[in-house]
Amino acid sequence: MNITITVNGTTHSAEVEPRTLLVHFIREHLRLTGTNIGCDTTSCGACTVHLDGRAVKSCTVLAVQADGSEVTTIEGLAAADGTLHPMQEAFRQHHGLQCGYCTPGMVMAAVGLLEQNPNPTEREVREGLEGNLCRCTGYHNIVKAVLAAASGDPGSEPVLTPVDLTTGGGA
Amino acid sequence: MIPAAFEYERADSVEGAVALLAEHGDEAKLLAGGHSLLPMMKLRLAVPSVLVDIGRLSDLAYVRDAGDHVAIGALTRHHDVETDELLRAEVPLLAHAASQVGDPQVRNRGTIGGSLAHSDPAADLPAVLLALDASLVATGPGGATREIAAADFFTGYFESALSETELLTEIRVPKVAGLGWSFQKFNRRAQDWAIVGVAAVHGPGRTGIGLVNMGSTPLRASATEAALAAGASLADAAAVADEGTDPSADLNASEEYRRHLARVLVRRALEEASGRPGSA
Repeated sequence: MNITITVNGTTHSAEVEPRTLLVHFIREHLRLTGTNIGCDTTSCGACTVHLDGRAVKSCTVLAVQADGSEVTTIEGLAAADGTLHPMQEAFRQHHGLQCGYCTPGMVMAAVGLLEQNPNPTEREVREGLEGNLCRCTGYHNIVKAVLAAASGDPGSEPVLTPVDLTTGGGA
Repeated sequence: MIPAAFEYERADSVEGAVALLAEHGDEAKLLAGGHSLLPMMKLRLAVPSVLVDIGRLSDLAYVRDAGDHVAIGALTRHHDVETDELLRAEVPLLAHAASQVGDPQVRNRGTIGGSLAHSDPAADLPAVLLALDASLVATGPGGATREIAAADFFTGYFESALSETELLTEIRVPKVAGLGWSFQKFNRRAQDWAIVGVAAVHGPGRTGIGLVNMGSTPLRASATEAALAAGASLADAAAVADEGTDPSADLNASEEYRRHLARVLVRRALEEASGRPGSA
């Protein structure tokens, strides 16, 4: 089936099998390999991209479903001159990553979160990233980075609520 | 993982979707947001030979005030149910429960109609519709529609009252503003299905309690409702919440553990609902 998808502002047409997943179209047809495949079961969020302005897991969308749509991947966030998107800059400044595998999906989910909720609380950030797993468990700096980006100053230093070790509770 | 090969048909109208279903019979599955079906296809738990994509029927994505009830188009995505002001005011239980489905990315794609037609007893929304005495509208050949009570809709494990040539088009949810409500979802991992869940509305003259994952279909906690109607305390009524249920045992929980959870969660739900009349 012939499909046309605009990815990061560039329109691409291709012949795909109906069972082709959007993530494979992005990685293998377009060679945009910033979008990762982690669990492949709609759990980990490494494959998160924006589809018509909303964060989605591209391992669970058929390319034919995205026919005629606009997709933004991690490669589409920075400005043409290389200036990082404020969320990328916040992740860089707060070291919101360890191995980096989940990072593209985290950043895309975080950008989507702020579009739906521009001033989230720490708890709302944690819940808003529920669909993204960091197997290094580096959530602390990720949450800080998202709160810093939300503040409008990626270099600001949000103070996170300490976890209560007696109950496991926190923000 | 890539699904097994299938033939892809794109419906451009409800009539067209029904015609495609009639043409392909039980070989065909409807595709809406795809967040229940595609994972099952990738795991080969579902191997339909034809997918009828109804995802572009944008006239089925709406939330409308319909007098004594709110009408919700089947293709309304969970995120839009969760954030809809009318639903938050008139049916806060449903808006809140929608915010507990999966995770944000799932809610950006998954649809209320898809979740209901899928009829997974572990899903959140079927039990909510049961508790609310909602109804579901199916459209079949010739545009014929029929309204099915939620109590009659969920007929078995992943089975619904929809025929092979019917499409779920609308969900009708009674307005319950002012009635206390609660949604209890117990799980061990973020974004997981409920091990047991409870959806409840409770107030003067009306109590509805739906149970998630306590049998092969979503169930009403009928014994608890009857006990409350007979004047039992919340705690005594909750103590019989698992009567008439048939929970399964799996990696997450034994049958007895689920029965215990149902009793505890129903008590918590009734207590929360009693202390919270009004909207979200």
